[in-house]
Parts: sequence; C-alpha cells; structure tokens
Amino acid sequence: MATVAAVIASTHHPFYYRASTSTGADRPPFADEWVAKIEAFRETLTKARPDVLVMVGSDHFHQLWLDNMPQFLIGKAPCYDANFYNEEREFGLPRMFVRGQEELSAYLLREGLDAGFDLAFSNELRIDHSITCPLITLRPQADLPIVPIYTNIFAPPLPRPRRFVQLGQLIRRLIEAWPSEQRVAIIGTGHLSLELGGPRQFGPHGPDPEFDRKAVEWIATGDLKSALAEVSLDSLWLPGNATHGFMDFMLMMGVAGENVTADHVDSLDLFHTMEAYFTWYTAGVPEPAGGIT
Amino acid sequence: MSKYLLDKFLFTVDRDPGLVERYRGDPRATVEWWEAERANVILNCPELESSSWLAFTDAEREALATHDYVTLFELGAHNFLLLTLFIALFERDYEEPLAFQREFATRLGHWTVPYPDIST
Repeated sequence: MATVAAVIASTHHPFYYRASTSTGADRPPFADEWVAKIEAFRETLTKARPDVLVMVGSDHFHQLWLDNMPQFLIGKAPCYDANFYNEEREFGLPRMFVRGQEELSAYLLREGLDAGFDLAFSNELRIDHSITCPLITLRPQADLPIVPIYTNIFAPPLPRPRRFVQLGQLIRRLIEAWPSEQRVAIIGTGHLSLELGGPRQFGPHGPDPEFDRKAVEWIATGDLKSALAEVSLDSLWLPGNATHGFMDFMLMMGVAGENVTADHVDSLDLFHTMEAYFTWYTAGVPEPAGGIT
Repeated sequence: MSKYLLDKFLFTVDRDPGLVERYRGDPRATVEWWEAERANVILNCPELESSSWLAFTDAEREALATHDYVTLFELGAHNFLLLTLFIALFERDYEEPLAFQREFATRLGHWTVPYPDIST
C-alpha cells in the first residue's frame, strides 16, 4: 500500500514569489526572515522523499465559475498548466507546468464516489496560486506529479466545516489503502483570518490576530473538537471576509488526524495576514537520506 | 438585484487584458456594450445558446459606469472579484505600494460585520 510520507498545511501567500526574488531597494525588509522560514519548511517535504503530491486548494474564480460551480473537484489530467494572467499582473507569478498523476486521480474519484462524496472532476484544469504557491515554497523545481483537489471556499452556498474535515479524513484513508508503493505527500493551503475587498484589508497584521492565535493552536495540536465547536459558516465572516479559506486548514486537520500534534510548526506575522506552516509525519519522522544502511 | 450579473461583469473583465483597459478608459460605454453584447452569453456555451433574461438594475449599471466600488460592495458584488479588478484598474495611479488597497479599505470604513450578502 502507499505511504503517506508527509501531511503539510500552510497559508498560500501570492506575494512570496515576488518578495523572495526581489533584490536591492525592491526587497521588502521581511523577505530574508520569510525565506529562511520557507526554506526550513521546504526541508520538511524534501526529507519525506515523496513520489507524488496530492494538493488541496481553491480556485479563485479563474476557471470555475458561478454558472457551474463544484463544491469539491479532483483534477484528472496528464498535465496541468498553471497561473493566470491576473496572477501575473497582480502578484508577478510565473506561468508554470506540472505533470499529473492520473492513476491516483482516477482512484480517488472512484473510491471517493463510492464512499459518499459526489466529487466533480476536470480533465482540463488550469491550476492557480492556491496550488502553485505551495509548489513555489515547497517544491520549486515542480518535478513531481500532482493530483489537484479544489474546494469551494469562495462562492456561497459553501459546504460546512465538518464536510471539509470529513473529506480530509477520507483522502487520508483512501491514500493509505491505495495499492501502490509510492510515497504520497498530502499538501493543502488555506488562510487564517483574511480580509479581501473590505474595510479591514491590508492592515499592519491579519484582521483578527486572536483568531489566528487560536487557529494555529488548533492546527498544531490537531484540536478538531475545539475547531469544529467554534467555527461555522456564519462565524467565519467575523475574523475577515475571506476567512472561509480556513476550512482548507480544517480539511488538512482531517487528513492529519484528531489530536495529532504537528512535527513542524512555524508562523510569521506579516502585514495583511499571518503566515503559518505545519508538517506532520504520520508514518514516522523520515530518516535523513543515507541514514539507513 | 442581479448580483450574479454584477459578478459576471467583474469576472469577465478581470480576466481579459483588453477589457480591463477598455473599462478603465471608458467605463460607461464599456458597461453599455457589455450589457448589450456579453451579459447573456453563457461562458461555456456557443453564443447561439445564449440566455435571454439577464440585465442590470439601474443602480448596478450606474455603479459600474462610474467605477463606484463602494456602491458595488454595498450591492453585494463579490469582494474578491471587486478587489482584484479594481487593483488592476487603479493601483497604477498610486506611487506608494498598497496605497490604493488601503484607500479602498478606508472608503469602506463605515462598514462593520455583517457586510452585504454576497450570495448569488
């Protein structure tokens, strides 16, 4: 059976690429600290030696639209082009290309449908920064095949938080039962408190530092009970009008498992939003390369 | 209220570099053209299968024609689409990084939660 080599959850900050590659006067003062944290985070994936990446994100009204909006969708394609004109325009993100792992996509679709999740699929999906940002931070060479999974955290009516957790639990169970010898890393990105297109946007911190503090604690300790007790579709408007992206973190808590403490936890308080990075080694902390003879 | 159509305008303009410039330079004419020619096109269907019933209210049309993002927010336009397109339209006119984004926030400063409903 396949091995879940690492479970990784993080924010996806579209400005990281520009901040980390800028030089001289254009380089923001926080860039060096940010890069150092990302490089440490990247190492947690590298040492897990994954063969394939299952990547959970959310299309930001790029390809998926209100005339035909799926709640949960799995890409099943041999290849994925990535990033869109308006992401180049606003964030300076590069156009990218990654290979797909169609066999795993097909398996997750079939088994997911049979397990009670009516998953949508796409055979021609252009992925956006919710998936390319973690590629840039965690695997910039983008050399591994992926299975993209999109969730709707954007266009009401949304699935409730518990459904995100359940999908995460299902993904974990299915991958551990995948008849393959491959090492799979499951990576998902979302948001802590976030305001976009509202009066609290682009402040000196995220719009609700207290929510962020609690959220990091829930994620780091796998405290699904508290998260599910305190978070609802209605409550998520309060920390910021784009905070429903936190449900992708809740999905990843479902993947990692209840009350399972993360092996790597880091955060960075930036203007506009707090960054947060988590890695779990559910199959044991990997040995350094060459450490076993 | 036709929030869906407001969002459709923002979405289809934001993804098209030519339309972004056209809307920046001549918003009223662009909105009139778009409502006449594009509003009823189903994005995943050929044009001969267009819809027949989509139109802006007068308030929506006027808010779009005057680049009035405060009113568009209050009409329930999707906050992400609104921000993204208006950054594309106006960020270039400000010297300081994020100055437009901060002005956008300030002009909405009279709002506290709950904000206008963005459900479509």
